Amino acid sequence: MIKSIRIRVAITVLICLGALFYLTPTLVPNLPDFWKKNLPSDRIHLGLDLQGGMHLVLEVDTEKALEGTAERIASDLKETLMDKRIRFRNIERTKTAIHLELPDPASRGAFDKILKDSYPDMEVAKSETREGRELLTLKIRDKRAEDMKKFAVEQSLETIRNRIDQFGITEPEIMPQGDDRIVVQLPGIKDPGRAKNLIGKTALLEFKMLDEEHSVDEALRGNVPEGSVLARGYRLEPETGRRVEVPYLLKSKTLMTGGALENAQVKISDRFGEPYVALKFNSQGATDFERITGENVKKRLAIVLDNVVHSAPVIQEKISGGNAQITGTFTMDEAKDLAIVLRAGALPAPVIILEERTVGPSLGQDSISKGLWSVAIGGFLVILFMMVYYRWSGVVANSAVLLNMVLLMGTLAAFKATLTLPGIAGIILVIGMAVDANVLIFERVREEIRNGKTPRLAVEAGYGKAFLTILDSNVTTLIAALFLFGFGTGPVKGFAVTLTIGIIASMFTAVFVTRIVFDHFVWNRKIGKISI
Amino acid sequence: MELIKAGTKFDFVGKMKIAFGISMALIAVSIASVLWHGGLNYGIDFAGGTIVQIKFKQEPATERIRAALQPIGLEGSIIQQYGENEVVVRVAETLADVKQTSEKIQAALSSALGAESFEIRRVEFVGPKVGQDLTKKALLAIFFSWIGMLVYIAFRFEFRYGVGGILALVHDTIITVGALSLLDKEFDLTIVAALLTIIGYSINDTIIVFDRIRENVRKNIKQDLATVINTSINETLSRTILTSLTVFIVLIALFFLGGAVIHDFAFALIVGIVVGTYSSIFIASPVVLAWERYRPSKIKRK
Repeated sequence: MIKSIRIRVAITVLICLGALFYLTPTLVPNLPDFWKKNLPSDRIHLGLDLQGGMHLVLEVDTEKALEGTAERIASDLKETLMDKRIRFRNIERTKTAIHLELPDPASRGAFDKILKDSYPDMEVAKSETREGRELLTLKIRDKRAEDMKKFAVEQSLETIRNRIDQFGITEPEIMPQGDDRIVVQLPGIKDPGRAKNLIGKTALLEFKMLDEEHSVDEALRGNVPEGSVLARGYRLEPETGRRVEVPYLLKSKTLMTGGALENAQVKISDRFGEPYVALKFNSQGATDFERITGENVKKRLAIVLDNVVHSAPVIQEKISGGNAQITGTFTMDEAKDLAIVLRAGALPAPVIILEERTVGPSLGQDSISKGLWSVAIGGFLVILFMMVYYRWSGVVANSAVLLNMVLLMGTLAAFKATLTLPGIAGIILVIGMAVDANVLIFERVREEIRNGKTPRLAVEAGYGKAFLTILDSNVTTLIAALFLFGFGTGPVKGFAVTLTIGIIASMFTAVFVTRIVFDHFVWNRKIGKISI
Repeated sequence: MELIKAGTKFDFVGKMKIAFGISMALIAVSIASVLWHGGLNYGIDFAGGTIVQIKFKQEPATERIRAALQPIGLEGSIIQQYGENEVVVRVAETLADVKQTSEKIQAALSSALGAESFEIRRVEFVGPKVGQDLTKKALLAIFFSWIGMLVYIAFRFEFRYGVGGILALVHDTIITVGALSLLDKEFDLTIVAALLTIIGYSINDTIIVFDRIRENVRKNIKQDLATVINTSINETLSRTILTSLTVFIVLIALFFLGGAVIHDFAFALIVGIVVGTYSSIFIASPVVLAWERYRPSKIKRK
């Protein structure tokens, strides 16, 4: 223990000033400009449960991303094998594996060479010869599959960040969690439903030809012709104004995707005043679009978003210039959001909402006022009790508790920790527990005085003996708080934070700071009796 | 002022058997309550599902809300009063379309009661996968905090003190959970936070008694442990009661003023503090004594 009272006072004052320094932005509403520029200007960060907002945990369905890759490779492989004149049969994909048959086992060597040269991501997982045919199962190499999954998560994160940025939310937080999860925090969001749609939409835009050679009704009965798929779309019924579902039969082959887009914007149609989304292709996209429309004049081209047909206009003539539009039955907001997701790009895999916690701003405000109110009342009662019970010594302990609050808040601000509603409960608990150290010391001092010691010796013995006890008991409480921090999520973590900081701060205020006061009185003033 | 006069000589160790009896009875009631309720009443944090907190302009009739939810097939939801003019609708189902549940409830209420008559204040949805994750994390947190403390106490004191301390904690946790179960309170993440706080608080209390025992054992090595324990508990009694009292005061403030979200949390803590204080006096140290009788420590055998 440092002997000099002056040095100890200096340390205390320094630490206090430090805490106040970090607290200034929270306490002073209008900071002068030089402060904003050069010094920390972060206020105590309020959790979403206090300021209102939405917390989402998303899971990227990475398996689906692999399936998409496998699908692309399967159709590509089909064309390559035809080009190279290698005979094959029944090429099909189940999940992430591709199955095919080589009727002529002698072509296996040529097949392996193609696989090695053009599809380094794939390997033969299983092969067997049955009745003179070679049955093969291909799979994505494990190492590559891992990379693809990781990439899918990274890309999803980036895409979601883009979408949210364009939606215009202040201070959103988007961060990865674990292997395949993304946490999104949107403070002060007004329309949670719309935000969820915006974030969760895969937004895979595809252009496909309508299969006009076969009948949709026949396909609905279960006879979907090879190379075609059924999809649904919606049509506005003029009489009732309701949306009705319409089935479409499409060619499976995707001619173009949203990846070819350069821009997407909401426009209002001149004729009906309805919003639509105007697409602008990049140069490669424009060339492809010109070729596709040129080859399919008088046929119908379906614009498909996330497997829903938005429109299927008849191509009147070759379209050059790289412009197209998506019309449909949109509201203005829907059209705006669609433009955003198309600009930000498609998610590489669907995302699923695992967890959502949304708190409205009015509830947050209620919680803050109730929290502050209970801190005030609880704190006041404890302070009153200590004063009545320990008189002047109680006043010293009370100053220590107040100092503890300042340090706690200052540390929260300095470490940019988040204050949550359970965090406020933690503060109240800290008030209750912070006096504990002083109770321990004071009870010891009283004991020593009863044993006939002078005030000076009683203070020395009281602090000395109580210190180890305080250390041991606080360390064990800290262990609980640390586990709470490690395993807890969101608001509960906030509780662990305030509890941890509060306990550590109380070791300082209750043991170190209060002793300065006592030492001053028993050493310098040489008082004959302690008011305890 | 003195609440507990100095020099009390209560025979706590002598009451050990009665205390064990009471504790056993409380634990039995707790376990029976949990079994009788068919397990704990898990909140959505652990069970998964959706809750929507709605504040109405006027006192809402539960039946009207239920009727409004009928068209979307959620009339079987749990509808709870939650403070003034406020209800919480809890939907346990995990439909494929679950992310839209809150929007569906909002739309159904709008069309039945008018969009202006209420405000959605809070929506929480926890998918089954996250529910399992959270359950696992909560159990691990409690379990590891026990182990962490056992190790620390064994290191700072002796192993048998660790055992006494941990048994007291397990005792506190079980009885608090039992009290929550008896009143059919919802068991969610904030309750786990409360349990961990109780664990932290109770061990704190226990350590202070242990610390005094350790000190007194060193002072008179010849005195038998039962007497030392009795003296030590008496010497620290004033502090134990006082600290529990100050914490109790703030918890009462929290319980009445903290609002609905904090209410159950404060309740759990109040139960825990009372039980924790009791166990620090009547359970933790007697366990050390029982352990001593069963297997005397090395110092004594010399």
